[in-house]
Amino acid sequence: MTHSTMPTGSVISVDNLSIGFRGKAGHMLPVLRNISLDVHQGESIGLVGESGSGKSTLALAMMGYLKTGLRVLNGDVSFEGQKMFSQRRAALESIRGGRLALIPQNSGQSLTPTLRIGAQIQEALKLHSAQPSETFGARVIELLSQVRLPDPASIVERFPHELSGGQQQRVAIAMALAGEPEALLLDEPTTGLDVTTQAHILELLRDLARDMGMAMVYVSHDLGAIARVCDRVAVMYAGEVALEGSVRQVLRDPSHPYARGLLASIPKLSDICLPRALDGRPPAPGGAGQGCAFVSRCAIASDVCSTSRPDLALQPSGARSRCHHVDKVHEIPLSGDREVGKRALSDETSLSLKDLAISYARPSLWGKSVGREDTSVPTVEGINVALRRGETLGLVGESGSGKSTILKTIAGLLPPLSGEVTAHGGAPLPSKVEKRASTELRQIQMIFQNPDESLNPRQTIGQILAQPLILYFGLSGQALTEKTILLLDQVRLGGHYIDRLPSQLSGGEKQRVAVARAFAAEPDLVLCDEITSALDVSVQAAMLELLDDLRRQKNTSYVFVSHDLAVVRALSDRVAVLYQGRLCEIGPTHAVYGAKSHPYTEVLLGAVLEPDPDFTPELSASDVVELAPPAMGCPFQRRCPKRIGSICDTVAPPLREPDYGHKIWCHIEEI
Amino acid sequence: MTPSTTFQRPSHIARLGTVFVDIIVRPSGAIGLTLVIAHLVLALIAPFVVPYDFTEMNATLVMAPPSSLHWLGTDHLGRDTLTRTLMGGREAILVTGIATPLAVMWGGLVGIFFGLAGGKLDEVLMRIVDAFLSLPWILKMLVLIVTFGTGIEVLIPTLAFFYGIPVIRIARAATHDVVARDFVQAARARGHSKMTIIRQELLPNVRDALLVEGAMRWSWMLLAFSSLSFLGFGVSPPTPDWGLMIADARGFMSFSPLGVLAPMVGLSSLIIGINLTADALAKALGIDRAQKAPV
Repeated sequence: MTHSTMPTGSVISVDNLSIGFRGKAGHMLPVLRNISLDVHQGESIGLVGESGSGKSTLALAMMGYLKTGLRVLNGDVSFEGQKMFSQRRAALESIRGGRLALIPQNSGQSLTPTLRIGAQIQEALKLHSAQPSETFGARVIELLSQVRLPDPASIVERFPHELSGGQQQRVAIAMALAGEPEALLLDEPTTGLDVTTQAHILELLRDLARDMGMAMVYVSHDLGAIARVCDRVAVMYAGEVALEGSVRQVLRDPSHPYARGLLASIPKLSDICLPRALDGRPPAPGGAGQGCAFVSRCAIASDVCSTSRPDLALQPSGARSRCHHVDKVHEIPLSGDREVGKRALSDETSLSLKDLAISYARPSLWGKSVGREDTSVPTVEGINVALRRGETLGLVGESGSGKSTILKTIAGLLPPLSGEVTAHGGAPLPSKVEKRASTELRQIQMIFQNPDESLNPRQTIGQILAQPLILYFGLSGQALTEKTILLLDQVRLGGHYIDRLPSQLSGGEKQRVAVARAFAAEPDLVLCDEITSALDVSVQAAMLELLDDLRRQKNTSYVFVSHDLAVVRALSDRVAVLYQGRLCEIGPTHAVYGAKSHPYTEVLLGAVLEPDPDFTPELSASDVVELAPPAMGCPFQRRCPKRIGSICDTVAPPLREPDYGHKIWCHIEEI
Repeated sequence: MTPSTTFQRPSHIARLGTVFVDIIVRPSGAIGLTLVIAHLVLALIAPFVVPYDFTEMNATLVMAPPSSLHWLGTDHLGRDTLTRTLMGGREAILVTGIATPLAVMWGGLVGIFFGLAGGKLDEVLMRIVDAFLSLPWILKMLVLIVTFGTGIEVLIPTLAFFYGIPVIRIARAATHDVVARDFVQAARARGHSKMTIIRQELLPNVRDALLVEGAMRWSWMLLAFSSLSFLGFGVSPPTPDWGLMIADARGFMSFSPLGVLAPMVGLSSLIIGINLTADALAKALGIDRAQKAPV
């Protein structure tokens, strides 16, 4: 794919562009520094980097657009030879959306909620199409089938909220295509979508780019997605292009230490080791100094790296790399080497869930008084899981599969409809948190997805960590301070964080505080709800290492919820696969990820993307999102690629146990 | 990453300082705060600077025009209008200055409690609040005042009670925003008591909204107090009060306009000052008052 079409001319050309904002001290602080990049016709180029690396700013600058407060320091962007930043507003508006279209990250929010899909696309046609307006109706249908939406004629009549996230994204793509653009800018178009949906959207984009000969700029933090759709990749770091080359050059054997670190920090399905963490954090705008921006995090840095800024130099391979020591980069390995050690697990039960069913529907007083039966299907049903002391159970499934719901019920925040939660093989825990005894509360701690939400912005880190220490252990004075500092050391933050506020910490640091707060209670079981999904990959790897360290030291059990199958694989001893709140499969990690598995597990695994240009995902099931579980039969009946017949719709699937401890609920006899 | 510098959390005083600076750099804040502070200072020093005793009558100089002796003229009993205007805000500022914090405190606490409790109880109580708010305020207050009589000891609790009710709405709405966030869920999951959750998690996050609401309530309350005085249910004569002065002088407005104008300027400048300050405070604290004020 790399050299499939030789570029003919550049559509977008970025020439020595620097963009910055005025800091509090009055100096201009650069966000982008000396970017030069050409996007050729029919080519798709990926922009990757951590959050804050300037990738989205660059993509928007390609449209001649700057966020408020930003301004061009030098350089310009040209689109088909027209300089964007010296264009008049009207001229820019005729280019934007028409010849140069943007597909934003969350297209659900970019569609007007009160306008039918057909009307929205017609609006785009009115602005950007030269065709007579009588043809618009037919053209809308054509566009919708182009983005492979089933039954376009009925989609036209619907409102945005009646579509799933993946369908909304397809509509956004159709709107972008309405002006028959020469170039398409995509800003994290699949972030926030389920794995299967993401894989389908990426295939669509790949085909569209090829069929229509458009140039594409694809902004993403996900190297797997980049590998699937891009010909060329530019790796951004601290507002600079650190490495630029063909997707193969960048992903197979990158010649820049940052790109190698980034690649090593991605958890891969094929890897048994934990991904390698990339320590430190990128410099703030204007804080890069006169040397290489990456110097403080680089394993092969020498004196010259902190005194002179390397150029983006052409390498023999054809890639361009901004590094003084390209000859030495191969010393940096591309994968982690830290094996998740076998821990001796005792036979003591830490947690057991018996016949757990959870429903969000509350029977109404009126319904009860007239004796109406509750006929709604519970959100979660039939969950039987036991967890041993020190064991880690991964819970995977798409959004809406009930993963977080189960965690809330274990924590006592959401009383179940029926069933029991038991800790340490004792009596069932009270279903409401208010009724639980202090030790019962202390033993189960929960860590939330987004540390911005889970840490009180008005409390210092010291106050946040003191809460469990005071509540469970009654600590005060010197003992409290000492224990707080000890906790901060355990999560590798250090005692000087004690007086800071959460807003003064980076995302990764905040999540460490949340981990420290959970471990302050000295729990037996920690519930982790997507705790790495709001973090950059490099930070995620460090978080996984930390969790592994802590469970070794304290013999803690985890229930680890994630939609990322590679992350779950890296940490879990056992994995449970959920679909629509029902268990499909549960077993030892190697068995679930192995040859024999439930059709749904196969669908999920097939959609996982690897940062490898030669990797092709296997898309077997449709990406239709279901909103409610079926009333009877197998929960996966409507999407299953291996459906055997009407038995799937009517009879609950039987339990099969291909190996000891590996349970699959499916009608297929020979799994 | 080894720490080289120690970090100190900004103290509460430092935070107040930055908020204060944030207020006075805005034109609305600078003008508003100047007006409010000028009024407060005047109210404090007025007894010592006024040229006459506010009860001193002069039968030979009734409704006199401005002169070198009486800069703003005299009223229908020959009392000095300047003196009475300068003294006329003291009672209003005292009563509302005590009633406002009381209103914010009780309304805020009840609102936070409803917001946290949620569910049916919350729904029922909010409908009662709605019913209360739908009645004209002057009627509600007159009922109490007619029953218990006028005087500071009745006016303060009456104003605090009725102006606490809209505060319930604000506090409840702000609490709802906070309760949904994960740090409150985390505190619940740890097993903290309701009181601890209110004190540690909710109050610090609702406080800013309540501050701004308090400033707004103050200006409403001033207006209400003056209206009551105007109707004869507030301050009893001969104590000077803007509302009362306007009521007394309005019959002679056509030939002695200063008698009405002077107390009007006094009252409106204070209310405008409070409103401008509240606006600047809301912006400094990052609260959009336009979205949060239902009444």
